[in-house]
Amino acid sequence: MTSLIYNGKIIDAAQNFNEKGWLVIKNGKIDSINKGDPPASIKTDEKIDAKGAFVSPGFIDIHVHLREPGQEGKETIETGCKAAVAGGFTSIACMPNTSPTIDHASIVKFINLEAGRVNLANVFPVGAVTVGRKGVEMTNVGELIDAGVVALSDDGSPVCDAMVMRTVLDYSKMFNIPIIDHCEDPQLVNDGAMNEGFFSTKLGLRGIPSTCEDVMIARDIILAEYSGGRIHIAHLSTAGGVRMIREAKARGVKITCEVTPHHLTLTDESLCEFDTNFKMSPPLRSEKDRQALIEGIIDGTIDAIATDHAPHGSTGKDIEFDYAANGVIGLETALPVIFTKLVKENKISINRMIEVLTSGPAKVIGLENKGTLKQGADADILIWDAESEFTIDVNNFFSKAKNCPFDGWQVFGKPLRTIVNGETKYCTP
Amino acid sequence: MAWDKKDLLGLEYLSTEEITTILDTARSFSEISTRPIKKVPALRGKTVINLFYEPSTRTSASFELAEKRLSADIVNMNIATSSVKKGETLLDTVKNLCAYKIDVIVMRHSVSGSTLYLARNIESSVVNAGDGQHEHPTQALLDIYTLREHLGELKDRKIVIVGDILHSRVARSNIWGLQKLGAKVTVVGPPTLIPRQIEEMGVDVSYNLMNALKNADAVNMLRIQREREKFSLFPSSKEYSKLFGLNSDKLKLLSPNLIVMHPGPINRGVELASNVADGPNSVILEQVTNGLAVRMAVLFLVTGGTSLHPEHLSS
Repeated sequence: MTSLIYNGKIIDAAQNFNEKGWLVIKNGKIDSINKGDPPASIKTDEKIDAKGAFVSPGFIDIHVHLREPGQEGKETIETGCKAAVAGGFTSIACMPNTSPTIDHASIVKFINLEAGRVNLANVFPVGAVTVGRKGVEMTNVGELIDAGVVALSDDGSPVCDAMVMRTVLDYSKMFNIPIIDHCEDPQLVNDGAMNEGFFSTKLGLRGIPSTCEDVMIARDIILAEYSGGRIHIAHLSTAGGVRMIREAKARGVKITCEVTPHHLTLTDESLCEFDTNFKMSPPLRSEKDRQALIEGIIDGTIDAIATDHAPHGSTGKDIEFDYAANGVIGLETALPVIFTKLVKENKISINRMIEVLTSGPAKVIGLENKGTLKQGADADILIWDAESEFTIDVNNFFSKAKNCPFDGWQVFGKPLRTIVNGETKYCTP
Repeated sequence: MAWDKKDLLGLEYLSTEEITTILDTARSFSEISTRPIKKVPALRGKTVINLFYEPSTRTSASFELAEKRLSADIVNMNIATSSVKKGETLLDTVKNLCAYKIDVIVMRHSVSGSTLYLARNIESSVVNAGDGQHEHPTQALLDIYTLREHLGELKDRKIVIVGDILHSRVARSNIWGLQKLGAKVTVVGPPTLIPRQIEEMGVDVSYNLMNALKNADAVNMLRIQREREKFSLFPSSKEYSKLFGLNSDKLKLLSPNLIVMHPGPINRGVELASNVADGPNSVILEQVTNGLAVRMAVLFLVTGGTSLHPEHLSS
C-alpha cells in the first residue's frame, strides 16, 4: 500500500522542514519527504491533495484520561480515541487513575486489546507508580513495562512520601522511563477550589496557593538530581515551577515537563462566574504565571503541550462549585486554541507549536519513530487548515463529555485529515 | 430610580444608584414595624421559599418576618448540607419548588457562588442570604443603612472591619457596598485571617487595631470562628481578644463618637467585651431592627415593585 500526500505546506519541527512539499507513505511508514511538487509520473495506490493546507506529524498527547476501565459513563477508549483523531492526535498516553487502576500488567493488556479493536489512535498506557495509586507500595514496574507502559505516574494524586518517590526514581533508572509527577502538597491545597490570589479573595472561594505545586517540584527536582532518575512534571502551572525546572535543566537534571492549553490561555479571572467548566487541578493560575508558562515554551524549558483531557458528565459539573469535579476536556480543542491564541497572536512560532505537540512529547515518553516525518518514521500524519475561522461547539465533539472551557470561542486551526500508521482515521465531512 | 434586576446576588453586582434605591425603599418600610398592626399587602399573592442549606437563626428569622409583614405566602426549608451531597442536587430541589410557580427563593448555602449558579438556572427571583465566603448582601445593606442613620452621607467616612476577613462574606459585601458609597474601608486582623491581595479590592490593610481605629467613624467587629480550619490560624481566643478584641479600656482611648457594630452572634469576651456590646457606642440592636426593613425592601424590589404606592403600605 502506497500513498502520496501532495500540495501541502509540510512542517516537521524535528528536521526543521517548513515548506511546500510532498510525502510518500509505504506500508505505514514515511517512504520519502520531498520539497516542491511531485513528478507527474509518480504512481501510488492513493493520492491525497492537501489543497495548500499544513501537513505535520500527527500530534502526541502524553496526558489523557480515557476513564476506561471503570468510568465508561464519562469516556471510553473508543470515544476518547475518536476525540483524539478528530483533534489531530495520532498517539495518546492514558493515565492510570482508572478503576481498577493501571497497576497490573493485565490492565495494560486490556487497554492494548481494546485500543487495538478500536483501531484509531495509538494508545500508550501509563502505569501507576504505587499499587492502587495509594503512594505506599511500588508496582511491578518491570512487568508493567513488559506489558507496554511508557511511563509511571500516580496522576491525580501526588506521591506524598519522599522515601517512596526516591525509591521509585532509583528503581526506574534501569528501565529509562520517566516518572510523571503530579506535583501538589495536599496540606497546602487545604481543600482549595481555585488559585489563591486576588480572585479567590474576591469570590470567597478557598484558595490553592501556587506554593503547593512549587514545594513538590522543588522536592522532586532534588530527589531526581540525587538519584539520577527521570522525572516529568505534569501540567505545570506556576511561574515558580518554570523557573526551577529551567535551572534544573541547566544543571543537567533529567527533568522534562508539560503544560496544558488551558493554563497557557486562561487565568483565574475566568472563575468570576463560578463556572465549573473552569475548575481543574492544578487550577487556572494568575496572568503572571500564564506569561511565565508561555516564556517556558519559547525558551525550551517546557517540552510538551499535553491536554490533561479529563472527561466528566453533568453530574460532576452541574452542581455547586466546591462540590464539582476537577478537570476539563482538551483533545478536540488543543490545536485551534493553541494556534489561535499563541501562534496567530505571535507569542510562539508555528514551528515551536508543532514541536511541543509532536517531537517534544515523543521524546518525553521515548517514542523513537513518532513525532516526525523523517524517512522510516511511522506514518502518523495530520493535515490541517489554518485559514478558515470556526466556532468551538461542545455539541459537535466526539468525546462523551462537554466540560470544555472554550465552548463558543471563535478560532482557527482545524484538523482535515488524521492518518495513523498510513491509514486515514479521521477526515472532515 | 427604577429597579430592573430579577435577583439580589451581591453588592459587587449593584450600582451606587441601585444600592441607594434599596436603602431609600427600606426607609419607607421601616415605619411598618412600629405600627400596632405590623402587616401590609405589598407582597400579597407572592410565594417565597426560604431555602437554608446552612444553619441560621437571625437571618432566617429576619427574612421570615419581613415576608410575613409584607403578606407573602412562605415555606421554610432547612436542609443539612451533608444530606444534600448524597441526595438530590440543588438544581433538582429548586426546579421542583419552581414547579409550584413560586416567586422568590431566599437561599443561604455554604458554597460560594451557589446563588449565582441558581439564579442563572431558574426564572424565579433569587435573594442571597449568604453564599459561602462570597457575599451576604442584605447584612451589608443593613450595616450601611445603620451607618447612614448615624453618619448621613458615607463619602470619605472611615469604616474599619475587624476579624476573620478571610472567611467573611459580611466583610466582602460591606467592602463593595461601602466603597460604592464613597467610604474608605480598612480591614484589620492577624495576617492569617486577611486574604491575599485584598488591597486590590481598594481597601487598606492593618494588623494593628488601635492604629486603624484612631480616626475611624465606625468599626464592624466580625465574629471569630476558630472551627473554620483544620489547622488553627491563630493561637487562641485569649490572644485574639488581646490583639483584636474591643473592650472599654481600648474604647476610652478612641473617639467617643465611634460607632460599634457587630453582625452577630457575638462571642462575648472574645471580639467584643460585654460592656462594649451593650454600651453607648453599640448600634448592634439597631442593626437587627434595620435588617427587617432592608429585607422588606429587597423582597419588594426583586418581585417587580418599582415604586411604592400608598396602598403597598396601608395596613
